[in-house]
Amino acid sequence: MIAHFSQIATVFLMVAGLYVVIARGNLIKKLIGLSLFQTSVYLLYILPGKVLGGTAPILDAGYSVYANPLPHVLILTAIVVGIATLALGLTLVVRIKEAYGTIEEDEIFAKDGPRAKVDPKVSKASVSPLNKTGRGGKSA
Amino acid sequence: MIETAVTIILLLLLGAVTIGIVRVRGLFAAVVLLGIYSLLMATLFIVLDAVDVAMTEAAVGAGVSTVFFLGALSLTDTVEASAKRPQIMPVVVALVTAGALLWGLSDLPEFGSPNQPIHSQGADYLARSIPETGIANVVSAVLASYRSFDTLGETTVVFTAGIGILALLRRRRGEGKS
Repeated sequence: MIAHFSQIATVFLMVAGLYVVIARGNLIKKLIGLSLFQTSVYLLYILPGKVLGGTAPILDAGYSVYANPLPHVLILTAIVVGIATLALGLTLVVRIKEAYGTIEEDEIFAKDGPRAKVDPKVSKASVSPLNKTGRGGKSA
Repeated sequence: MIETAVTIILLLLLGAVTIGIVRVRGLFAAVVLLGIYSLLMATLFIVLDAVDVAMTEAAVGAGVSTVFFLGALSLTDTVEASAKRPQIMPVVVALVTAGALLWGLSDLPEFGSPNQPIHSQGADYLARSIPETGIANVVSAVLASYRSFDTLGETTVVFTAGIGILALLRRRRGEGKS
C-alpha cells in the first residue's frame, strides 16, 4: 500500500481535475481543472524515473545512481505545450466573454441554444451574437 | 526513507490544495490555489530528482500560467455562478475513471525501486551522454541532441498557438493583452 501510495495519490489528483472539467459550467474553472489534470499527468510520468537514494541526472564522478532522464525530457516538452494550449484556451474564453457577455456554459447555451435547435442548418445563428456587439467582422 | 516521507507529505499537501480548488467558488482564490499547487508540484519534482522539470514547472506552471489566468480574470468575471442542482453524472464518470486508472496502475513496479524496467530497457543515455555529446547534464543532452526533433515539434505547437491567439485578439480594438 505504502509502495503504491504515490501512484494512488496521482490518480486522485487526476480524477479531481477531470471532475472539475466535467462538473463546473464556468469556462475558466474548466481550464483550472484541465491544468490540474495536466500537472498530475506530469507527476505520473516523473514518478517511475525516480530511484530511491539516487540523484539528479547530472553526471559527476561522486555519484553512481541517477534518475532516468528520459521522462524528464518528455515532460519538459509537455509543460511548454501545456502553457501554449492554456493561453489559447484563455484567449477563447476572453472572446466568448466579449461576444456573449458571460463565461457560464448554461447561459451561453441559453443564448444560442433554441435557435440552433429550430434549424440546425442555419450555422450562422451561432455567429450572430458576435455581430450584435459590433465586434464581429473586420477588425478596426 | 526520508525521500519517501517527504514525497508522501508533499502528496498529502497537493491533495488538500486540490480539494480546496474543487470546492472554492471564487475564481481568484482558485487561481491562487492553482499557483500553490504548481509550486508544491515543483518541490515534489525536486524530491523526485527531476530538477530541470522542477525549474520549468515553477517558472511556467506557478509563474506564467498564473499571470495568464489573472489576465483572463481581469477581462472576464471573478465569481463563479453557484451550482443550480447537484449533479451525479460527473461523480460517476470521475469514479469510473479512477477505478480504471487504479486497476491499470496496480501492476506497476514499486515506487523508487532500481529494478523497474524503465531503468534497464531502452537507450542508455546516462552512459552515452559524455562520450557522444560531452554534456554532463543528461536531460540537456537528450533534449537538444538525441530528441531535438521533439523540441522542433514543440516550437511548432507554440508558434501555432501564438498565431491562434493573435488571430483571436486582433479583432479587439484597444490593448492586445491575453
